[in-house]
Amino acid sequence: MRRPIKDDGVLQARMTRRALVIGGAQLGIAGALGLRMQSMQIEQAAQFRLLAEENRINIRLLPPARGLIFDLNGRPIAENEQNYRVIIVREDAGDVAETLKRLTDLIEIDPSNIERTLEELDKRSPFVPITIADRLPWEDVAKININTPALPGITAEVGLSRVYPWGADLAHVVGYVGPVSDYDLSQGYLSDDTDPLLQIPKFQVGKTGVEAKQERMLRGSAGTKRIEVNALGRVMRELDRQEGTKGQDLQLTIDARLQSYVQARLDGQSAGAVVIDLENGDLRAVCSAPTFDANMFVRGISVKDWTDLNENKYRPLAAKAVQGIYPPGSTFKMVTALAALEDGVIDAEETVYCPGHTDVFGTRFHCWKRVGHGNINLHESLKQSCDCYYYDISQRVGIDKMAIMARKLGLGLRHDLPLSAVAKGLAPDKEWKATTRGEDWRVGDTVNASIGQGYVLSSPLQLAVMTARIATGREITPRLIKSIDGIEQPSGLGPSLGINENNLRRVRQSMVDVTNHQRGTAYSARILASEVKMAGKTGTSQVRRITAEERAAGVTRNEDLPWERRDHALFVNYAPLDNPRFAVAVIVEHGGGGSTTAAPIARDITLQALYDGTPPLDAYPSAVRGRIQEQQDRINAMITPGATVQDRA
Amino acid sequence: MSYLEYNTKYLPTGPRKLFFLNWPLILLLTAVAGVGFIMLYSVAGGSTSPWMEPQMERFGFGLGLLIVVAMVPIWFWRNMAVLAYLFSLALLLAVEFVGVERNGSQRWLDLGVMDLQPSELMKITLVMLLAAYYDWLPRDRTSHPLWVLFPVLLILLPTYMVLSQPDLGTSLLLVAGGGAMMFFAGVHWAYFATVVVAGVSTVFAVFKSRGASWQILQDYQYRRIDTFLDPANDPLGAGYHITQAKIALGSGGWTGRGFMQGTQSRLNFLPEKHTDFIFTTLAEEFGFIGAIGLLTIYMLIIFFCVISALTNRDRFASLLTLGVATTFFLFFALNMAMVTGLAPVVGVPLPLVSYGGSAMLVLMGAFGLVQSAHVHKPR
Repeated sequence: MRRPIKDDGVLQARMTRRALVIGGAQLGIAGALGLRMQSMQIEQAAQFRLLAEENRINIRLLPPARGLIFDLNGRPIAENEQNYRVIIVREDAGDVAETLKRLTDLIEIDPSNIERTLEELDKRSPFVPITIADRLPWEDVAKININTPALPGITAEVGLSRVYPWGADLAHVVGYVGPVSDYDLSQGYLSDDTDPLLQIPKFQVGKTGVEAKQERMLRGSAGTKRIEVNALGRVMRELDRQEGTKGQDLQLTIDARLQSYVQARLDGQSAGAVVIDLENGDLRAVCSAPTFDANMFVRGISVKDWTDLNENKYRPLAAKAVQGIYPPGSTFKMVTALAALEDGVIDAEETVYCPGHTDVFGTRFHCWKRVGHGNINLHESLKQSCDCYYYDISQRVGIDKMAIMARKLGLGLRHDLPLSAVAKGLAPDKEWKATTRGEDWRVGDTVNASIGQGYVLSSPLQLAVMTARIATGREITPRLIKSIDGIEQPSGLGPSLGINENNLRRVRQSMVDVTNHQRGTAYSARILASEVKMAGKTGTSQVRRITAEERAAGVTRNEDLPWERRDHALFVNYAPLDNPRFAVAVIVEHGGGGSTTAAPIARDITLQALYDGTPPLDAYPSAVRGRIQEQQDRINAMITPGATVQDRA
Repeated sequence: MSYLEYNTKYLPTGPRKLFFLNWPLILLLTAVAGVGFIMLYSVAGGSTSPWMEPQMERFGFGLGLLIVVAMVPIWFWRNMAVLAYLFSLALLLAVEFVGVERNGSQRWLDLGVMDLQPSELMKITLVMLLAAYYDWLPRDRTSHPLWVLFPVLLILLPTYMVLSQPDLGTSLLLVAGGGAMMFFAGVHWAYFATVVVAGVSTVFAVFKSRGASWQILQDYQYRRIDTFLDPANDPLGAGYHITQAKIALGSGGWTGRGFMQGTQSRLNFLPEKHTDFIFTTLAEEFGFIGAIGLLTIYMLIIFFCVISALTNRDRFASLLTLGVATTFFLFFALNMAMVTGLAPVVGVPLPLVSYGGSAMLVLMGAFGLVQSAHVHKPR
């Protein structure tokens, strides 16, 4: 078949036309594509560039080093120690099971850790490092480092973790840190804290004590590093980093050596003790016994240890020195006496007859001395701790004035200290009873309150403050933080309380005789050495009601009662007599008599504080010197400065 | 059949044909392939493996194929058209039974040395067949309904087979390419108007059918359409690809982030970065200038093809050249529209740049046909 090209003329022309149409359309489409690229790459370039940067750049937080805590003399009481941990990266490890087996042959690792590691390795991306175990001893780290070629994908890393060199001694004061919990963030004290650091899993925050109360200060602020990641989240490289600021260092007013001594002295009892420096209100020792090792919580406490702590009837977790509230017993008599003297309702020399009991509107209130003290004035009543005298004068002065005096002396109000659960106690008055109980105040309530029983409740801290204020006549506020990052905090020594100095002198003189006069209730616990003496007051507060039948048959001796029904033993004191330096309050829960149980402890603490170390033996009664020497040696061995928990163990 | 029937005054013979090749076109194709090599080197993180080296080998092979096809007289290819079409159809049928399945689609034949995608071959053989058909068809029957229906069936048969693989992108290219051939051939415009109206109705029906018992497309195809219409709707799921592609493209700016500095591709945010989405890497690393540069080279290839077709008085040669050019255009235009968010993600590679053997060889063969038409045009 011939193909006469000329015949194609019409279609040829149409094809040319249509080719041009299609070509034009193609040019149009290409133009549209070009415009689209222009719009995206030039007009919206900045926006897309930003999105690309957001894609690739992740910001990671760099946790700052937590601030350190020191004692009065600069001894570290909360430090950060290097914590070695061993980690594994699956993609580098090759045969994970084989590698882990070699590791366990090399160093000792808990099998549960290996199990958890295997589980996590399965869940995570192959490049995510998984911690196998932490808190490795240095020898294990060395072993891992030497055997690196045989342990592909396994490395030892170092981080910081909190450690408390004094272990148990300061657990109730300093508290401890632990991983931030959902509760902390939702309802706890961190609920309005927006610090991004808290979003880091297992970030360590203060849980109790100073660690919790000064959390913001101690935490510091986060640094950041910008890293480039790929689509799977793998870190490709670090772009830049900005270091955070370390937490602030705190210096407490606590003398760790004294604290340690007191803690050791209280050992075996369920007790609390507080030592205040009268020059500035510094708390030199705030002790609660029994105690617990704060490091246990940082490392992760075992179920058994936790159960033991919770089931112990002596309640080791309770900070009894500030949190525990007890009827102050006879230590409250100074309050009643000062309220009456200031009000002018009594004369100091005026005597009251004590037959051994007082009847108030048909109710009989007993003096601790069944046969009574006979005619007795203020001085003798405090010295011998006569109860009837106070039954009498309290009815004259009235509860409201007693409550005012109590608050003036630091009872019944919450002292502002960075500690967990500082108790408010109770200095009851008529209004309090009306609002909380909806009942009228009765005279019997006043009579009970006059000797620190009934509604009156106070903590060892409050009793120490009371003693400090009586000893100085000034408004002493307890202070726990001496300095923050080297900046001294305001002193706790306030202005005069405005109590007549003569009245104060009378009460102090009585307190001197309590410990230094033969008939004083704490004479047997006096300081013998001539250059220093102490003044004090005993207290024995009942926790049970003594029925008329029991009284008739003879009150059961403390030793014959079950522990939890025995009396609390209390003692408050200050020393030396002229220019007093320290005030001490001691409570031994269910310890029996204040004079026999609490007073010797208070004396030993006072001597320890005054001599800043071992006091001369002649300060003690000769009968106990042997025991004291032995005790002192033991305690000294325990509190060798700088000694760590491990050394002492 | 002899070339004498073409009334040619002069035809080059033997090696002399080499001088009559459309050399600018070959240079442009090489330039495009070169861009491909550079991008494949870049997305491999600065390495010739695993993509750049095989791609260069294939291009070398493809170039050889192009020359060989070009040397063979164009009328031989015209006579081969029916056979080639049937061969492609047979391969498509084979895919149905012994094809290799990847990503939920059965498109490939395992030939041992390489995987062949018969649908790629069909794009060109369909163009060949239609060119031959209209060359054969008496001119006065071009717009006759019966003679219009026949090529429509020739187009729809392979389209249906490809669609069932399923491969929406290639089906669209087959229909569009075939339609263009009929348009070039001079079929009355009223047919095309009818098809456009029908097409619009079909789109309506497709959306209407969704969820109904007579649902026309697969669920994943609907999702792709959804994603195209609103990529932000599901940025980490189905819209992830297109969102990341747009970020890569847009972040290039005027001059790009620099060779091998594209963070989107280097950090694996880009999907299919060595195949369908390779253009976004180019746009990210070489910016607007690079992207427009490649678009320009592509358009120059189309330009040279159209010039060659319009200067060729042989109807088969002209139609074939225009058909190949149009198919090529649809290829890259659809790919670019896809990665710039102007078209749904239908899985069309960027011709000669994307990594892939079938497409490269088929396209080089197709340009061999264009060259053959050029060399053997009546002078």
